[in-house]
Amino acid sequence: MASAGTTGSGFLLKKGCIDQLTPQLTIEGLTLHFGGVTALTGIYLEIMRGEILAVIGPNGAGKTSLLNCISGLYRPSEGKIAFEDREITQLAPYQRARMGIGRTFQNIELFKHMTVLENLMLGRHVHLKPGLISSGLYWGRAQREEVKHRRRVEEIIDFLEIQSIRKKPVGMLAYGLQKRVELGRALAMEPTLLLLDEPMAGMNIEEKEDMARFVLDVSEEWGTTMVLIEHDMGVVMDVSDRVCVLDFGRQIADGTPEKVQQDPLVIRAYLGQQQ
Amino acid sequence: MPRNPLVMDCGIFTTRYKDDMAILHHPGAKLKVLAVIIVFAAFPLFASPYYVGVANLVGIAVIGALGLNILTGYTGQISIGHGAFMGVGAYTAGILTATHGLSFWIALPLGGIAAALVGAFFGIPSLRLKGLYLAIATLAAQVIIHFLIIHTPSLTKGTAGMVLPAPQIGSYRLDNDLSFYYLILILTIAAVVFATNIFRSRVGRAFMAIRDRDLAASVIGINLFQYKLLAFALSSFYAGVAGALWGHYMGVISPEHFTINMSIMYLAMIIIGGLGSIMGAIFGAFFMTLLPILLREAVSLFGGVFANISGIILSMQDAIFGLIIILFLIYESEGLAKLWKNFKEYFKLWPFSY
Ligand SMILES: Nc1ncnc2c1ncn2[C@@H]1O[C@H](COP(=O)(O)OP(=O)(O)O)[C@@H](O)[C@H]1O
Ligand SMILES: [Mg+2]
Repeated sequence: MASAGTTGSGFLLKKGCIDQLTPQLTIEGLTLHFGGVTALTGIYLEIMRGEILAVIGPNGAGKTSLLNCISGLYRPSEGKIAFEDREITQLAPYQRARMGIGRTFQNIELFKHMTVLENLMLGRHVHLKPGLISSGLYWGRAQREEVKHRRRVEEIIDFLEIQSIRKKPVGMLAYGLQKRVELGRALAMEPTLLLLDEPMAGMNIEEKEDMARFVLDVSEEWGTTMVLIEHDMGVVMDVSDRVCVLDFGRQIADGTPEKVQQDPLVIRAYLGQQQ
Repeated sequence: MPRNPLVMDCGIFTTRYKDDMAILHHPGAKLKVLAVIIVFAAFPLFASPYYVGVANLVGIAVIGALGLNILTGYTGQISIGHGAFMGVGAYTAGILTATHGLSFWIALPLGGIAAALVGAFFGIPSLRLKGLYLAIATLAAQVIIHFLIIHTPSLTKGTAGMVLPAPQIGSYRLDNDLSFYYLILILTIAAVVFATNIFRSRVGRAFMAIRDRDLAASVIGINLFQYKLLAFALSSFYAGVAGALWGHYMGVISPEHFTINMSIMYLAMIIIGGLGSIMGAIFGAFFMTLLPILLREAVSLFGGVFANISGIILSMQDAIFGLIIILFLIYESEGLAKLWKNFKEYFKLWPFSY
């Protein structure tokens, strides 16, 4: 099985087109406080349509908080977020999901009692139409819709190579597979902006390579914009178009992977952590 | 080719998504369901009117328990107000038929709709409250509704209660156990089918997602508030229909029928039967309705021999219920539905079970 080299070779070139001129998501002066703790301080960030942006930084730097602000789970204390030219700072998470923002979580957030299929069908919730009455009658259109969307879900199951577990309750699956199913649920939403919070954390090399390949394939096939939090610098170098570095809630660098890697501030932040 | 009905299935293979998604996968399952329906339809031919009456109470309890399981078992919203929502249905339909002379066939769905609206209203706190706190908020619903029924005698005749007329089809009056039996059977089957469909498609999946992980549910585009209210409304609709049916079957309703005892009784049904399971609601309704009757029969059977003990057992009925619930919570938290499933799995492999 062909797999992307993810251990620092850096030869993978993305074919997907990045539209450098139009930002899909704009973050202006984003600040987030939790009581006395400041998780994010004055973040300005533009995410271009179709790019893969890696967000890196030491633990507690505010990476997850940034994704939570974008998907609407946290309300920023100050600042604005705009998606597709529309301000979304005040919108609820479900409204942002409907606009096309999908995500996965650092600590897997699947529906544990439900099967892989049900989890993925839930990913299609926003695309399915039947309401209460037609769901209850399960007649005509309601049934046709279920079958139609089941077909889409099966495509994603094939893509992620999880055919054999489609009817298993996700709570019973191994950690690496759960991460994959969670990616599947996000993909089922057909998001135009996909936020991935440490999708490869806790995986072995093989699983990481698979996941990196999925990320690149999604970008190539669907042109989905992606924000990826990742600690493995090898993966970051291979997969991302651009890297944003956070440290103590501040953005200390932003640029191509090569440039960021040589940035003295970044080196100091990472060395500081190791001491 | 006809299948040998005695052969158990080892597995089901389908080639179309539509077939794979069907509830009744193969002809055998359809036959089984048909057989069950025929047994129920033929039941009054063999049973005495007393047992037909018991069956009527079971059917009504199934509808009510399905309603509570939709909300508590499937959506994860604990409610101690279910008895009151049944009361809303019973009184709305009762006032419409007894006071305003409206047809039962119109009053019944209106009773359900009134209960749905009231249920959705008292579901509003569920946006902010979870678990025990929500349970207390629904307890408030229970208390308020009970208070309103007692203190609006011009509408409800207060504590004296109301006498309700028998439903009519043309000039035929449904005023005995047998005539109600088929009405209740049809409505119970409809309630089971509707709920089963809900939980294999979009809306039901959203309910379960909220129960399993509401944070993730919101991030995939589910409007938590809307769906929680919808669960309250649907659950209370079932409760309202069950209440209206019960009231017209009994012929009298009074406030003491719709107290917190009723709510707890229904909670016990779905816990013993199985939370978040259609079969669970059905089993629980059977169990909780039949247990006191069986207890009484057992006692009267041995009454002559152990006169003292039987009196004690009857007076300890509530304690026995409590004990059974605790035993289920400890040893089989997934209820009778799970026991039934284990039983079926066992026989699928029998006699080669290891
Ligand atoms: N819900 C919360 N309540 C209080 N503090 C929080 C919360 N979420 C994050 N924080 C704090 O914000 C800071 C950044 O956390 P986080 O965004 O999780 O960092 P990262 O994902 O980069 O490791 C940490 O100091 C963390 O303790
Ligand atoms: Mg994090």
